[in-house]
Amino acid sequence: MRNIITICSKEIRSYFVSPVAYLLMGLFGLIFGYFFFSATQYFIIAGMRQQMQGGGGAMSVNEFVIAPLLGNASVVGLFLIPLISMRLFAEEKRSGTIELLLTSPIQDWEIVLGKWMGAMVMYMSMLLMAVANVALLFAYGTPDWRPVLTGFLGLLLQGGTVLAIGTFISSTTKNQIIAGGATFSICLLLWVLSWVSSYNETPIGQAIAYCSILTHYEPFSKGIIDTKDVVFYVSAIFLGLFMTARSLESLRWRA
Amino acid sequence: MITVEGLTKRYARHVAVKNISFEVGKGEIVGFLGKNGAGKTTTMRVLTCFLPPTAGKATVAGFDVLEQPHEVKKNIGYLPETPPVYPEMDVAEYLTFVAKLKGIASGDIAKRVDEVCERTAIADVKNKIIGKLSKGYRQRVGIAQAIIHNPPVLILDEPTSGLDPEQQLHVRELIASLSGDHTIILSTHILSEVEQSCSKVIIINKGEIVAVDSVAALHKRGRTSESVAIEVAGANAVEVRQRLEQVPGVARVISRDAKEGMSGFEVEGLEHAVIRPELARAVVQSGWDLTELKPLGESLEEIFLELTRSEKKEEGAPAQ
Repeated sequence: MRNIITICSKEIRSYFVSPVAYLLMGLFGLIFGYFFFSATQYFIIAGMRQQMQGGGGAMSVNEFVIAPLLGNASVVGLFLIPLISMRLFAEEKRSGTIELLLTSPIQDWEIVLGKWMGAMVMYMSMLLMAVANVALLFAYGTPDWRPVLTGFLGLLLQGGTVLAIGTFISSTTKNQIIAGGATFSICLLLWVLSWVSSYNETPIGQAIAYCSILTHYEPFSKGIIDTKDVVFYVSAIFLGLFMTARSLESLRWRA
Repeated sequence: MITVEGLTKRYARHVAVKNISFEVGKGEIVGFLGKNGAGKTTTMRVLTCFLPPTAGKATVAGFDVLEQPHEVKKNIGYLPETPPVYPEMDVAEYLTFVAKLKGIASGDIAKRVDEVCERTAIADVKNKIIGKLSKGYRQRVGIAQAIIHNPPVLILDEPTSGLDPEQQLHVRELIASLSGDHTIILSTHILSEVEQSCSKVIIINKGEIVAVDSVAALHKRGRTSESVAIEVAGANAVEVRQRLEQVPGVARVISRDAKEGMSGFEVEGLEHAVIRPELARAVVQSGWDLTELKPLGESLEEIFLELTRSEKKEEGAPAQ
């Protein structure tokens, strides 16, 4: 455990002493802020119009603002996460510090887990920007907090999955650009997989669509924690980290 | 402390180390000598459990590198060819990180960091960012991380490469000062370094050991016959050559470079013949100026070249 914390805190530190952390937080804050602004503006205008026409009951902030916002955040996350994960192993392999890690009395899985956790903390700090925006809604209104919580839980699980894939890809190359590019392509692929379901109704098509990371996110943003989605994410994280550990081991015999 | 038996390491396309065996006793400093690509780094990486051997057995401090890598790792300090430092960290922070990795108890870390900073003379840059340090300092930080957990065995891969002569001297002194407490293997292609700091030399060429000996014994090996470099001014090279060949005890005269008015030769004597005084006399008596007379074949360099050259003839295979 101590080794994991050592590695993890080293990773967190290296994100925050470089501009990477602030750049990512800034970018995410900017994009999410814009979405937030548009969504609330639309909500206010739509709300006023409804009032003037005198129709129906109150509109739900959860349904019209928070759920679509969290959906947007999950897509934006897909684009930014490769920037978090690309350096994890590629940088160490390039600079030779991987020799220090692999010749120290620690286990491979401790290195992998520590690094992934460090990246998760970075991702969470990015999500803080979204939390700050959503908190405003709680300051001026009374949205239901439960779907918000599940939404963020979903974001964490989805981010964790992509980070685990990114960690694995980073461990296969010395080149950060390749690691980032490949992770980004995979993310994109995993996103568009869901589109298959719209024109391919066969079981195979459905199975492929099932692998899309985003379709598993939707229930979370609506406040539903479905076991099958949690299992999907958790097993994907496990698979990614397991493959990373194997890839580290293969460094030794492939060399 | 270290035993290697029949160690072979094969990569996809070539064999880096072929069936080598050697032993290193406690407290010895062993120089691992060989050209670039001879298999030094590979051997060290096997000893540090970074790479598994393809065949053969290696033990460090009594632990097998394949069976008990965790124990082996605890007992070695390793400085790879490029010091494994994180440029964005400062020195103290980096050493603290390494200390944690090596499993030093939290309460002792600060003390150990201070000790190794003192030992490697980097206390003055303790709070500087590693990326901004000079190469010499960075190398010493690398040595500091290798000794932080006070391991019985130190493995240093080319500890002085890329340093200027003054920095090399500092690092060599540092290594010499460590020799009391640690068993050290260092690799190098600089021969004078081996002569200065090592008690034993292992010469490796194309993945095979060509000699394991003490420095003194290796010196003796090269000195059964005397060989002399001689430079004469004010004479025709052909004449000088003829005259030198007539000197008693001379086996062979090889022409070297001839500059304007100067001619250089390499003279080899017969076995156990002392030829230097005779050569000097011959030159002076002929009325020429003797500008240089230097004994050859005493440096490790010659022996090294000799040993690695003879291997080449036998094989003729490409190095990589």
